[in-house]
Amino acid sequence: SSTDGPKSAHFDICSKNLKYKFSENAFNTNILKRHSGQYYTLPPTHIQKLFPYGLPPRFQLQIKTFNEGCVMVRPPALELISYLKRADYSKPPLRYVLYGDIGTGKTMSLCHALHYCYSQGWLIVHVPDAHLWVKNCKELLPSSSRPSRFDQPIQASQWLKNFKITNERFLSKVQLERYVWTKRESTEKGQPLGELIDQGVNRMKSSSDVVGAVLRELRLQAGGATEGEGAFKLAVAVDGVNALWGKTSLKKEDRTMCEPEELTLIHNLRKMMKNNWSGGAILTALSQTGSVFKPRSAYLPSELLGEEGFDNMEPFVPVSVSNYNEKEFESCYLYYLDRNWLQHPHSRSEEGKKELIFLSNKNPSILERLCAFL
Amino acid sequence: MVPQLPLRQIYVASSLWKKNLAAAGPQKFTQEFIDKQVEEFEVGKRHLANMMGEDPETFTQEDIDRSIAYLFPSGLFEKRARPVMKHPEEIFPKQTAIQWDAEGRPFHFLFYTGKQSYYSLLHDVYEKILYMRLIQLMELLLSMPYCSLEEEFILKFRKQLEVQSSKYEIPALQYDPQGVAFSVADGRRKSAKASITLRDSGSGNITINGRNYLHYFPVLQNREQLMFPLLFVGMMGRFDIEGSVEGSGHSAQAGALRLAISRALLSFVSEGEVEKMRQAGLLTADPRIRERKKPGQEGARKKFTWKKR
Repeated sequence: SSTDGPKSAHFDICSKNLKYKFSENAFNTNILKRHSGQYYTLPPTHIQKLFPYGLPPRFQLQIKTFNEGCVMVRPPALELISYLKRADYSKPPLRYVLYGDIGTGKTMSLCHALHYCYSQGWLIVHVPDAHLWVKNCKELLPSSSRPSRFDQPIQASQWLKNFKITNERFLSKVQLERYVWTKRESTEKGQPLGELIDQGVNRMKSSSDVVGAVLRELRLQAGGATEGEGAFKLAVAVDGVNALWGKTSLKKEDRTMCEPEELTLIHNLRKMMKNNWSGGAILTALSQTGSVFKPRSAYLPSELLGEEGFDNMEPFVPVSVSNYNEKEFESCYLYYLDRNWLQHPHSRSEEGKKELIFLSNKNPSILERLCAFL
Repeated sequence: MVPQLPLRQIYVASSLWKKNLAAAGPQKFTQEFIDKQVEEFEVGKRHLANMMGEDPETFTQEDIDRSIAYLFPSGLFEKRARPVMKHPEEIFPKQTAIQWDAEGRPFHFLFYTGKQSYYSLLHDVYEKILYMRLIQLMELLLSMPYCSLEEEFILKFRKQLEVQSSKYEIPALQYDPQGVAFSVADGRRKSAKASITLRDSGSGNITINGRNYLHYFPVLQNREQLMFPLLFVGMMGRFDIEGSVEGSGHSAQAGALRLAISRALLSFVSEGEVEKMRQAGLLTADPRIRERKKPGQEGARKKFTWKKR
């Protein structure tokens, strides 16, 4: 699939190293460092289970088009994975915040790190976009358990379904507390987690409270047993974490604006963000594109999280994500060529490549949108 | 005695009495009339010189204009409506000499083709080359050896094109304390003003008003506008651009920046490239501005709803 003479040599050398298959030791630090800037293929089973809805929508389209999901190995993800490897899990969890300009690859790096956690057998609590819980909600019911709060049954049950798909092997865990949902329904002590989730999925009215209960259970159990069958590490991944402390665009029935605290889901998620539990890690990414009432030029944590959010999230480990450098851009360009995505003959020449560099300024999302119509 | 025939009055429509102004064509002046005007002009010129106290012999047209403006000051805005004293040749429209003789027979044998000079030229050239391939064969003629024998003939049909790129002033190339060359240029488009500094030995970063160009121009079209001058000259990754722009909308700002970049590039580029840039339209300032809204209409062109009654 190489095109013209002088370029084909360069292309052949790179294409051998362009993609490599995901294997058991794929997350070995040395291997990852060596393959920095190159693509690795996500196994389709993992994509179905782990990321039914967690990947960015354009990337999902790309997976469908190319029939494979290839992720580029980039320094922010490498950094995150190395921190995860070296962290001490008997202590409270470390909070990692991925921040950067729009379209630089924060969500993709988050998903990469999450894939690492999944392959190591952790329990994944993944909120793909917290902004979805804070705007455009059709139904806002007053909460069944607490009078001043509001429930979002659709979002909660959707999330529970996805949680079930991702963490199938953990569904037979034992739980500790007794939860009362209504006068007739209650979940007894010692029931498996799967039943709790089914309860939430079937009864939409109490699904938000079920979410809260699930999160609480996981918090209590994550650091509990360090050996034996009950041991697991908890990875909490939230994309668009600035939604938790920003403003909502939802209105109550008397037409006043809703505060984030008044939403059950947000309240429970905030409790999860605190590091008063142990045995896991909190990976988050900021997002300006989905955020409500934030200017487009804001990308630093202090700007997007706001004062309240910053105080709550502190201390955290910031990881900055930036545009592609020369090598990464080269790799992305060769990948598109390899997949025959760049159809226009001019785009395969040197001048075409320079034009692409200029027009996208090596920003991953802009480059992807640009190549989409070439 | 001759019997008187009865006279009958013939009634004719009044429109026939009126002169058909359109059919007459432009007003014709006879040669004597024009000669008389010329004489009067000369005499008047001498009178004017005497009035102004100047020498009648060396009284030029500029002096006449000056004196008339002094003697008949006019507040009219339209310059062509002010009083003017010029030679009759300039005032009265020239008339083409009559092409046919008194009997109505044309002088030239190809008069009835409509383009008599052209066809006569063809007739001249026909002996040497056919017209349909005239230009090509002229070039062929030029490419042959010994074409200098026919040079005089060929030069009759060749027109010297002035190279107009020499009219542009190239911004001076200045040097940084570090020895890096840079040039400064301005550009304008539709009330947007841009001013840039183009630095050599850079890596293609562009900063506008302190922000990266990717943030300042989220629209692809504007970034393409910025790219065009650099792409055309082929110096894509070589320069660093630092610019400030204000006024108007985003497209106009992009156009202003493009003009400024092309002007700044003039100092880094050779003569032939300058001509190519001019022909590509990179150096022309776009003269289009917002059209004025007229009274009686909604906007510049849009009219109010037309009601039949």
